Amino acid sequence: MSLVYTQSWLDKASNKAEEIRQRYDNRIADLIVKDLYANAEEIARKAVVFRRRSRGWDKKLDDILTSRRFGYPVMVALLGAVFWLTIVGANYPSDLLALLFSRLQEKLTWFFSATGLPDWFHGVMVLGLFAGLASVVAVMLPPMAIFFPLFTLLEDLGYLPRVAFNLDHIFKRCGACGKQALTMCMGFGCNAAGVVSCRIIDSPRERIMAILTNNFVPCNGRFPILIAIGTVFFAGTLPYGLQSAAAAGVVTAMVVLGVLLTFGVSWLLSQTILRGEPSSMVLELPPYRMPQLLPVIYRSIIDRTVFVLRRAVIMAAPAGALTWVLANTHIGDFSILAHIATLLQPLGQMIGLDGFILLAFVLGLPANEIVIPILLMMYLSTGRMVDFASLEELRQVLINNGWTWLTAVNMMLFTLLHWPCTTTLLTVYKESGSKKWTAMAFLIPTVTAFLVCFMVTQAVRLLGLV
Amino acid sequence: MNAQINKQVLREHFGIHARPEQVVVALAGNPNVGKSTVFNSLTGLRQHTGNWPGKTVDNAQGVFSYRQTSFLLVDLPGTYSLLAHTIEEQIARDFICFGHPDATLVVLDATCLERNLNLALQVLEITPRVVICVNLMDEARKRGIIIDVKTLEKELRVPVVGTAARIGEGIEDLKEALWQVATQSTHAEPAQVRYSLEVEEAIRELSSALDAVPTGPLNRRWLALRLLDGNPSILAGINTYFELISN
Repeated sequence: MSLVYTQSWLDKASNKAEEIRQRYDNRIADLIVKDLYANAEEIARKAVVFRRRSRGWDKKLDDILTSRRFGYPVMVALLGAVFWLTIVGANYPSDLLALLFSRLQEKLTWFFSATGLPDWFHGVMVLGLFAGLASVVAVMLPPMAIFFPLFTLLEDLGYLPRVAFNLDHIFKRCGACGKQALTMCMGFGCNAAGVVSCRIIDSPRERIMAILTNNFVPCNGRFPILIAIGTVFFAGTLPYGLQSAAAAGVVTAMVVLGVLLTFGVSWLLSQTILRGEPSSMVLELPPYRMPQLLPVIYRSIIDRTVFVLRRAVIMAAPAGALTWVLANTHIGDFSILAHIATLLQPLGQMIGLDGFILLAFVLGLPANEIVIPILLMMYLSTGRMVDFASLEELRQVLINNGWTWLTAVNMMLFTLLHWPCTTTLLTVYKESGSKKWTAMAFLIPTVTAFLVCFMVTQAVRLLGLV
Repeated sequence: MNAQINKQVLREHFGIHARPEQVVVALAGNPNVGKSTVFNSLTGLRQHTGNWPGKTVDNAQGVFSYRQTSFLLVDLPGTYSLLAHTIEEQIARDFICFGHPDATLVVLDATCLERNLNLALQVLEITPRVVICVNLMDEARKRGIIIDVKTLEKELRVPVVGTAARIGEGIEDLKEALWQVATQSTHAEPAQVRYSLEVEEAIRELSSALDAVPTGPLNRRWLALRLLDGNPSILAGINTYFELISN
């Protein structure tokens, strides 16, 4: 039999299959998986008998951690506790690092002027490149070095599958898969990793849904922004003991909002472009385990912290230099940066931000880690020079540039909801193999971010709260 | 002897070099169900490991004898399904489809049978020459889970053997069942997945379009299902199959 002959028949058959698939709204693959599970369930029901037996301590623990009454409160409380520990722990080293870097910068400046190097070179290298790098490290490193080990600890204890179990029925009601909770947990580390982890979801429809909504979990690039803004704006005025608790509360609220939006958007998708029944899935609750401390620290420091920081530094150094050049190259009376920011100003205003913030998010497309450093550099280069050496000074810089609590709220909302970074988008393209879904992965968060910030801003202004 | 040569070519494509009289058994199962323990207790130390040709996925092969018959046991990658989402699933599926195993042994975890049955049903859709091994029976007993092997056998309509490979329980029965399925010509008619009306309608429609299509060792119903999945990787497998046997 000739191979060409075989090929042409197969082509015809797959075209026919494609036609049938289209006619069924692309739901066939999901129906097949669902029916498979249903058959397995039916056979298992006939062949498996469970005998009552005394319950071990882990069963008793599960009775609490996955119960209707305590499941959610425990989940939110644990999340809050992790954030609180991160914020409390990160405060001091952050300030210390910032101080260290500003001393170092003075030394560098002195060295540059002593050796008679040109001013512009000093600007690009020290005020741009070095300052960008330094603020990324000072802002990002301490929270990551605390958050990741804590999160890995929860993972190793076996708590994360319980989270998936708790959230399963909500995901089902939204037409999504319960395993999405696990892919969201991965998203806390990195959305690109979260998107890759969506492979654990069998149904193609639910996998796309999980991929498209993964960005609503703040990855570690955005998570320090939430912590920094939350700390300086919503905790600054409180007595010292309450500061970190308030900041942790704000960050927890943001993450919970992200989760709620994930449900909402999943539901919308399941009613519109990703219609279909949720497939049933079997989630295994592994036994609780005593985590091994050294591997936990190794994995979270080496695999996550160093990896993420490296990426941030690689992105931050050139971005810092570029920002300095843009801020110091003048066309007419204003720098290029100011021109672009002026252009973006009306749009920023509408959603309670300003042109500089929007520009910082645009420049932060390769890596969200650099949004705050770029923003500071832009603010500082416009004449109001303030040395940024502590969170209090960060607050001063922002307030000097017209920030109110509403700006801070919108900044956090926009951070949580806006478009994914380029790495994540590339990963979505690789995983879905489709330009359409990649475009959706960009559009859905972007539209959500503008919509939410717009509504919040208009509501607050209408009520005259600012 | 053409069929014999074809068989050999197909197996060698997957890196399996069996002697002509040797019986080849594919070993499938979910990850962490004690598949390697079953593998070890069947083959003992007579095994070697390598990679699947051209892939970075581990491949282990081992030999054992039973009733003067030599068995070559091929350990497939541990997978939850055969829907070919991952490279491991694709290797497992392609070997069962095109590698010409004389029997496929599916290892299930007695402590979570339901999830594991999913894979067993998918294998039964491809080939009737299957033995089901319900492993970790001891662990299940400890947790108060009783597996009714007879009922399971009646439901699946292929031989089912309960084992606790760790303590060697049921291994002899497993060899007997494998010998029966691999060397005897009596064909089982295993249980088939019952799909919902919509899916059955789509299968019927596509099957009629597949009537004239050369599908090699695949049954048309199964091929129709995979085409409806929208996963074209199976077509590459069919092409390779015809390429191999036409040379």
